[in-house]
Amino acid sequence: MTPLLQVKGIEKRYGARIGCMDVSFYLYPGEVMGIVGESGSGKSTLLNCMAGHLEPDAGQVIFDTRADGPVDTVTMSEPERRMLSRTDWAFVHQHARDGLRMSVSAGGNIGERLMAVGDRHYGDIRHKAIDWLGRVEIDEARVDDRPTAFSGGMQQRLQIARNLVTGPRLVFMDEPTGGLDVSVQARLLDLLRGLVREMGLSAIIVTHDLAVVRLLADRLMVMKGGHVVEAGLTDQVLDDPQHAYTQLLVSSVLQV
Amino acid sequence: MEKDEAMIELINVSKSFTLHNQGSAVIPVMKGASLRVKPGECVALTGASGAGKSTLMRVIYGNYLAASGQVLVGELDVARAEPREILTLRRETLGYVSQFLRVVPRVPTLEVVAEPLLAVGADKQAALAKASGLLRRLNIPERLWTLSPTTFSGGEQQRVNIARGFARDYPAILLDEPTASLDARNRETVLSLIEEAKGRGAAIVGIFHDVEARERVCDREINVSEFTPGMAA
Repeated sequence: MTPLLQVKGIEKRYGARIGCMDVSFYLYPGEVMGIVGESGSGKSTLLNCMAGHLEPDAGQVIFDTRADGPVDTVTMSEPERRMLSRTDWAFVHQHARDGLRMSVSAGGNIGERLMAVGDRHYGDIRHKAIDWLGRVEIDEARVDDRPTAFSGGMQQRLQIARNLVTGPRLVFMDEPTGGLDVSVQARLLDLLRGLVREMGLSAIIVTHDLAVVRLLADRLMVMKGGHVVEAGLTDQVLDDPQHAYTQLLVSSVLQV
Repeated sequence: MEKDEAMIELINVSKSFTLHNQGSAVIPVMKGASLRVKPGECVALTGASGAGKSTLMRVIYGNYLAASGQVLVGELDVARAEPREILTLRRETLGYVSQFLRVVPRVPTLEVVAEPLLAVGADKQAALAKASGLLRRLNIPERLWTLSPTTFSGGEQQRVNIARGFARDYPAILLDEPTASLDARNRETVLSLIEEAKGRGAAIVGIFHDVEARERVCDREINVSEFTPGMAA
């Protein structure tokens, strides 16, 4: 099977400081990978390098495109990468307002991404937007409201709808449940898991919440100081951690 | 697979834990573990509490990393396999009924049970029908099926876990105390499920503190104390 994403030797420095270093892994279609580590461990830097938001100093991010097969997205042209990020890729930001247009209605936020890939029929776009509001459990009566009038959990679900409406194959998520109430988190996790299954999505989720990766991720990478210190099957890494840092991380979680 | 070929085979497996944050203490917990389980056979792991029964089971499931040796399930050496190979093994070949139910909050019981079938692309109606049949056999009242099992009693959760574990006809099954905290009627159902699985050729490794249950469904016993460093007689 061809990997959907091949990450090879990614390195990013901020001056003399290491952002991330020597990161390599393959992600296969339908796999969900979690990246955990404390603040400053390089997990967000890595995610942004993979998603094309940051240019790595070294390494390749090879994506299996629909048209041309595996292509290095680091060296592809800016318009090509932008097209990819509108079609096959999606990026869910930690703060929904970074991924939404706050001055545009909920329906408009979803429709905008459809128009970016060429949908023009207003009726179709509105219909799809309403369908997606339902799938992320937002009442269709709110379709014309702006996200500023939504709660944090609703904004996050709207951001997810906006991202998934074009049927991407790979979703990058940066702390998708961060800053939400626990009850809202559970609802979002359940929703994400269902969507990943139904749509056969692959996803890379950066989080510091081990409970989130246990429920969502098949595989786990643990980062510290810009390096990957341990990687493997999620339940194996969490239940039988091999590296000193992972052991510390797992044993630091408060039991409920 | 030939009748005398093993479905689950461990060859000289060892396991130790290194506690990096406690002076890097190395705790050897298993050494020289070898066993073979053929299709249609049920083998009980015995030994005192702490002898390593659950550890051995977790090593077979790939939840614990073996330090050395081979852990063969079908064709795959779990001790050396890539994560995605183990995920495929768990989806298609190796079932596990643990003592604890771990689910995403809010997912209805019926879907929790049907999930192993849906994960391999089974028809949704057929999967839900199979799940309903199992829940009914295990006496989970139908009015609970649409609720998440997170709020159920311990015994009910255990039965949901068993229903989920038997939703698919796995060729290899691991059972950790499947009859614990069950009443006589439900215990009987679980034992029948195990017998049916053996009948269709599943290789089973189980931990049963319930001696009568063990004697009824298991063909052999393996005392894991033989594999416990410093505990062997």
